[in-house]
Amino acid sequence: MDFLQPTTWAEALEAKAAHPDAVAVAGGTDVMVGINFGHLRPSLLMDLTRVEDLQEWSIEDGAVRLGAGVSYARVIAELGTQLPGLAMASRTIGSPQIRNRGTVGGNLATASPAGDAHPALLAADAQVEVASVRGSRRIPVPDFYTGVKRNAMDADELITAVLVVPPSGPQQYSKIGTRNAMVISVAAFGLALHPDRRAVGTGIGSAAPTPRRAPAAEQFLADELTGTGLWESRAELPAATAGRFGELVADAASPIDDVRGSARYRLHALSVMACRALTWAWADYRTDTGKEV
Amino acid sequence: MSTPTPTRTPTGAPEHLTGPGRGGVGDDAQRPDGVLKVRGEFAYGSDLWMEDMLWGVTVRSPHPYARIRSIDIGAALATPGVRAVLTADDVPGEKVYGLELADQPVLALDVVRHQGEPVALVAADHPETARLAASRIHVDYEVWEPITDARAALGHPTWNQVHDSAAEVTELSRENAHLHPQGNLVRHLKIRTGDPAPTADVVVVGEYEVGMQDQAFLGPESGLAVPAEDGGVELYVATQWLHVDQRQICSALALPPAKVRLTLAGVGGAFGGREDLSMHVHACLLALHTGKPVKMSYNREESFFGHVHRHPATMRYEHGATHDGQLIYVKASIYFDGGAYASSTPAVVGNGGTMGIGPYVVPNVHVDCYGAYTNNPPCGAMRGFGSVQTAFGYESQMDALAAELGMDPVELRCRNAMEEGSPTPTGQVIDSPAPVAELLRRLEAMPMPTRVDDGEVDLRDMPGGVSNTTHGEGVRRGVGYAVAYKNVAFSEGYDDYSTARVRLEVVGGEASATVHTAAAEVGQGLVTVEQQIARTELGVKQVTVHPKDTAVGSAGSTSASRQTYVTGGAVKAACEKVRAQVLARAERLVGRTVPDLRLAGGAVVSDAEDIAVPLVDVLGDEALEETVEWHHRPTEAIDPETGQGFAHVQYAFSAHRAVVDVDTELGLVKVVEMACTQDVGKAINPQAVLGQIQGGTAQGLGLAVMEEILLKDGKVRNPSFTDYLIPTILDMPPMRIEVLEYADPHAPYGLRGVGEAPNISSGPAVLAAIRAATGLPLTRVPVRPEHLTGL
Repeated sequence: MDFLQPTTWAEALEAKAAHPDAVAVAGGTDVMVGINFGHLRPSLLMDLTRVEDLQEWSIEDGAVRLGAGVSYARVIAELGTQLPGLAMASRTIGSPQIRNRGTVGGNLATASPAGDAHPALLAADAQVEVASVRGSRRIPVPDFYTGVKRNAMDADELITAVLVVPPSGPQQYSKIGTRNAMVISVAAFGLALHPDRRAVGTGIGSAAPTPRRAPAAEQFLADELTGTGLWESRAELPAATAGRFGELVADAASPIDDVRGSARYRLHALSVMACRALTWAWADYRTDTGKEV
Repeated sequence: MSTPTPTRTPTGAPEHLTGPGRGGVGDDAQRPDGVLKVRGEFAYGSDLWMEDMLWGVTVRSPHPYARIRSIDIGAALATPGVRAVLTADDVPGEKVYGLELADQPVLALDVVRHQGEPVALVAADHPETARLAASRIHVDYEVWEPITDARAALGHPTWNQVHDSAAEVTELSRENAHLHPQGNLVRHLKIRTGDPAPTADVVVVGEYEVGMQDQAFLGPESGLAVPAEDGGVELYVATQWLHVDQRQICSALALPPAKVRLTLAGVGGAFGGREDLSMHVHACLLALHTGKPVKMSYNREESFFGHVHRHPATMRYEHGATHDGQLIYVKASIYFDGGAYASSTPAVVGNGGTMGIGPYVVPNVHVDCYGAYTNNPPCGAMRGFGSVQTAFGYESQMDALAAELGMDPVELRCRNAMEEGSPTPTGQVIDSPAPVAELLRRLEAMPMPTRVDDGEVDLRDMPGGVSNTTHGEGVRRGVGYAVAYKNVAFSEGYDDYSTARVRLEVVGGEASATVHTAAAEVGQGLVTVEQQIARTELGVKQVTVHPKDTAVGSAGSTSASRQTYVTGGAVKAACEKVRAQVLARAERLVGRTVPDLRLAGGAVVSDAEDIAVPLVDVLGDEALEETVEWHHRPTEAIDPETGQGFAHVQYAFSAHRAVVDVDTELGLVKVVEMACTQDVGKAINPQAVLGQIQGGTAQGLGLAVMEEILLKDGKVRNPSFTDYLIPTILDMPPMRIEVLEYADPHAPYGLRGVGEAPNISSGPAVLAAIRAATGLPLTRVPVRPEHLTGL
């Protein structure tokens, strides 16, 4: 197994163009496990931790531009306000050691349906910026996941950054695991209220071949909030609305039975999590009267 | 026995442990290996290294049950860098081994009986080469349908047909239905006492199931075999019982004990999982075949296939009582799934059966306890050893009976609690303190954890933890109690002993002792206890613990909560003999008999005569050494038809109160607090006692709510720490612990074995608390979210 350590982004893209089968490694929290278990035997590993540009985040055209190599620990410490949903998701990930090493870029590259960042990125309408020697392009996150552990990147492409517009309303994130920490997701749900656009964003994890949104639930809730004037009144949300929203989120999922949980449980858990997440987000929205929308 | 010095010692071989120089019996002495471990400098078995060593890997069966038609090793042998490829034909001695019954092949013979059974070995100059070559070994299997249900394997398809021989015939008529020539029954233990057809005012019946738990020790199976010039082999290995390993290795290699010398490498946890052989014979075979040192170290996935697990159990209990809660009878049918090979199943059946109704006085008892062969992974020793499973059964029954009677569950338990002088179901009279009721009453008297309700939600206190699944919605609290007892040391007539060699001499101008035993230190702190006993008995500060090896006699296994009792007893006895020598010399020195001479503060002292002769002067250049084989008082085999007999040398008692919060909508559990009371007779090292209680409690909690090897058709579905979950700091709550010290007059210092009892009572208390929170019957552990949500 050969090992490359580019120090600039141009060098990394050149190398990836020359060796499309090279596996990029950032924190190594997925790749090294795969190698240790013998599931992954790449001929070439490319370490991206020396590429400084990837390790930074910035504000660009009003959006957070999150370098692919920024760790979950830094998302939690530095981006709690700008990316609240992603920060909440990051808190559920692994142990402190894993959060220090693991990166959002790595989560996207692996594109596991159980990846913890995905529901938050889906709910927040994130875009993934990928690049190759041919140039760069932006892929809306829902189009990024193409199958179980497959993504929309070409063989010569690498993930540069994730772009997320800071929220105009509350965000929530919940995840089911069968222990209280350091656990892989049995089902996860991300929610973002976008009062500026009178829209709702959702993300479902571990309950379909890919992370996915729940469009019918989003539409239902946005229509309800608009139709009843709740966006403006910030009045109490009817319990039935939250309940129906939960059902519609579950309807959008197509989980399987596996060693971590049954499909029926996953559907049930999604509806409960979605209902609760909406209740909490709405409570935040009601008290967050400082912000005019 | 003389020990030839090996030509070279590997890096990572154990060293003499010295320090910290203080702490006698009853003190919180520090571990002599504590600093090394905290700094990450302690060498574990996986750290063993020799410059020119080869790496051994194991080829394992992917099938739970199959006949081997042929094995083609040609491509593997032709791989550059490969030094040996071995199969069963290359085993020079007995081709099967086992702790109690020799039924397990060193390498598969014609049939494989479980997934992961070793079939062939490869040694190569690089682990990657060895793995590559292993993948090139072609084994042609005729795959058979596995037998995966213990009751079906015995022909007992339903509880009601237990003794229906016609059913046995139909179930077991198919070809290959018997895994072993003698059939699928490993052991059937019967207890028959009192009225065979009792009646009672109130009767409760329950069926219970316990899943397969793993020891989940962190240091995987590892060792290094070094061929010796005398044609023998030195094996450095992380294990639990050097001498029983040696016996089995000698048998497989056809070598005498003098030529198979074992040294304990650093052990990263055991919990019973290292009592059976893993890579021991394999590494020795490869080393003797190649003439080179061979290291074998399993990765996490292989470790799940490399050791036995806790027996899954299915149980049916019937309890009869009077209206006022006096137990009249208990009937129980208990089935342990032993998997493909016997391992310690007979002894697990012995414990599960003899202690299968709990620490209660019951006049009429009818127990049938079975151990069966199946094509599931082999099961054997694990902390609690048969008693963990039955405690879920009998304690669930006590709660069900209390509910039926409308009685407080603690009151019901106390009303039937054993005490000193009580008879056990095996007819043994408990001849040391048995404070069962006191343990429960003390728990009851402890304050309950308070709910903090300041409007702020700390997710770490919620079911689901930081995963943010509830801020209080759906959460209900429950409280549960359980009490358990467990035999200490080996039972049923086994001649249980340990050997200790103690030397006293002047080193660097100071009198110091060396303690040499073969007792495996697996993390529990026996090395500390050995030092404490020597300090107390010999009045010295400096005590060195010699590496554990087979150059001294057997210490028995580090299991059954027995080492502090038995090896502690041996060290104490050896110290006493050394002391007698020292005192005799001191008397010769002072020229007369002094009746109250004792050793203290590095001197021989007499209070009566105001004598204080420094040990340095008494010893001079001479080293005084004594080796003692110390046996605990004998036990008896139980009667095969009635189960009656003096089966167990000592019992340990513990009780737990669990307080849990359950998110009843999502089925997630947060254990809020665990409280434990335990009688330890005498706390040799109080801090280590608390550590055992904390650890045992966590392992019991794990079985109650998450720990299970999941099987499908005999295949393991979760051989990783991603999917085999053990409790984290957010799952294991703070504890309240009260340690009682009622001396057992038969035991050294009055001590009782500590390690297992808290592992037994913890899980049933958690289960009871979850039941109390949810109102659900919950007859299976681990409890999963699906069970709590009905999905």
